[in-house]
Amino acid sequence: MTETVLESSPDLMFDLERSVQGDLRTEEMLVNMGPQHPSTHGVLRLVLRTDGEMVLEAIPHVGYIHRCAEKIGENLQPYQYIPYTDRMDYLAGMNNNQAFAIAVERLCGVQVPPRGQAIRVVFAELNRIASHLVSLGTYGLDMGAFTPFLYCFREREMILDLFEAACGARLTYSFLTIGGAHDDLPDGWIDRCREFLDYFEPKIDDYNNLLSFNHIFVKRTSNIGIISLDDAIAWGLTGPCLRASGIRWDLRKILPYDGYEQYDFDVPIGQPGGKGEIPHGVVVGDCWSRYYVRVLEMTQSVRIIRQALDQLPTGDFRAPKCTTLKLPANEVYVEVENPRGQLGFLVVGDGSAIPARVKARGPSFCNLSITTHVCKNVLLADVPAIIGSIDVVMGEVDR
Amino acid sequence: MAPEEICKLLKDHFGDDVEDAVLEGGHPHARIAAGRWPETALFLRDDPRLRFNVLRCISALDLPADDKLACVYDLYHVPLERPNDLINRTYEFAVRVVMDRNQPIIPSVAHVWPAAEWHEREAFDLMGINFTGHPDLRRILCPDDWAGHPLRKDYEFPLDYHGIPATTEFELTNPRH
Repeated sequence: MTETVLESSPDLMFDLERSVQGDLRTEEMLVNMGPQHPSTHGVLRLVLRTDGEMVLEAIPHVGYIHRCAEKIGENLQPYQYIPYTDRMDYLAGMNNNQAFAIAVERLCGVQVPPRGQAIRVVFAELNRIASHLVSLGTYGLDMGAFTPFLYCFREREMILDLFEAACGARLTYSFLTIGGAHDDLPDGWIDRCREFLDYFEPKIDDYNNLLSFNHIFVKRTSNIGIISLDDAIAWGLTGPCLRASGIRWDLRKILPYDGYEQYDFDVPIGQPGGKGEIPHGVVVGDCWSRYYVRVLEMTQSVRIIRQALDQLPTGDFRAPKCTTLKLPANEVYVEVENPRGQLGFLVVGDGSAIPARVKARGPSFCNLSITTHVCKNVLLADVPAIIGSIDVVMGEVDR
Repeated sequence: MAPEEICKLLKDHFGDDVEDAVLEGGHPHARIAAGRWPETALFLRDDPRLRFNVLRCISALDLPADDKLACVYDLYHVPLERPNDLINRTYEFAVRVVMDRNQPIIPSVAHVWPAAEWHEREAFDLMGINFTGHPDLRRILCPDDWAGHPLRKDYEFPLDYHGIPATTEFELTNPRH
């Protein structure tokens, strides 16, 4: 622009002065994200108060998939309630079944036979791998990486085939039930599972090469959404979100269930950047740490499954007489290490076959509550990074 | 720390406000009066012998036989001295606060454990327990204008919600053809 044009149009001069001084005023806006949104991992509604590109505050609204599971638990016998637990965290059905089954077994004093326990461990760990594959793939997709998503789902298809061979279902299994597993393993299943593990283990290096250490991915997720250890403890975070904040806390090691004490495995935690293979710029407790803890957990799950299959005991796969149980007038609270955190069930019995109260403590519900605290003064593009790294499944938040 | 020791510490400190203790069974817990619950919560969290720094779950119970509502707080201890070392021990405890069904009021502990914010909102939404001092007490799972508290034993499911039939029984009183 020449001097004469500027001098002749006062409005133009005014705008130019304002932008040169950096005083372009923006207004605060309330932007609604969801409940239908590709990056909110389900029906999560986030109301963002934004100032330009900066999100000042993010308020989550949940309850869009509330299906009154706890009320239904007061009307059904425990073995009839198992399918409802499948649908809470629908990506980790086996783990949910296991959690509720263990709670009822502790209440009623049922002893699961060793083969039943080992089968439960195998399926729970396979489901942990499958759930983490979804989490990693969709997280990459949120960040714009389209290829790892299908690679992860290709491996997940094989796990789902194994599940289908064992119980007939691909997502809502209801397979791990009160007393053990619903059926024994089919013939040839163990060999197929071992083949899958041998095929899958090198794939984790592929994911690392493709996504984890990719410069763009690291730039988008490192040093963002940092949750300090004190915050994580105060807000009740569990699972990979807590471990990424730097504490080696895993219920399978602390309060072992279903024979986890026999298996040898490590508990990965968040490490600072520059140490070992961790890229520079990563901070303990940021989005990248939460993502990478899940990648490392998949390797540990493979270890556990291999040991469980090698040591698989013979005998019963289910305790006898477990369909019609009378619940004593007592209560029990049991937590189990799910892929997303610790799933807890409080089961209160009243002497009849139907519980007086079933309370499900969903890990995603507790993990999501930190959203408002973390999403303060972040860029708009960081919000899907933070939500994706917390890895929520809305079925578990709302139950 | 065994449940007996925890209970003894609480009784020494709070005397009669610790009304009862159930130490056997699968869920050792102490019954605490609602009035001094925030102080007790702070004591449970901050006392160096207890250090219950994590609130796992708040469960709301309906006890129609006694005409009471109860809130069960499950707590445990996460040691933070050496977080990089593998932790292999913890101790857990629960607290039960019982209140009258017609006046279910209990002070909030969101200032003690921020995790309680959402749990208390859920207990308010589904059971109708009023948490005084909560920073943002509103419904979380049901719609904001939902009537009633679903998890109560005497809850009547509404026939319709904003004109949408909420149950097939709606047709019995409002036949369309």
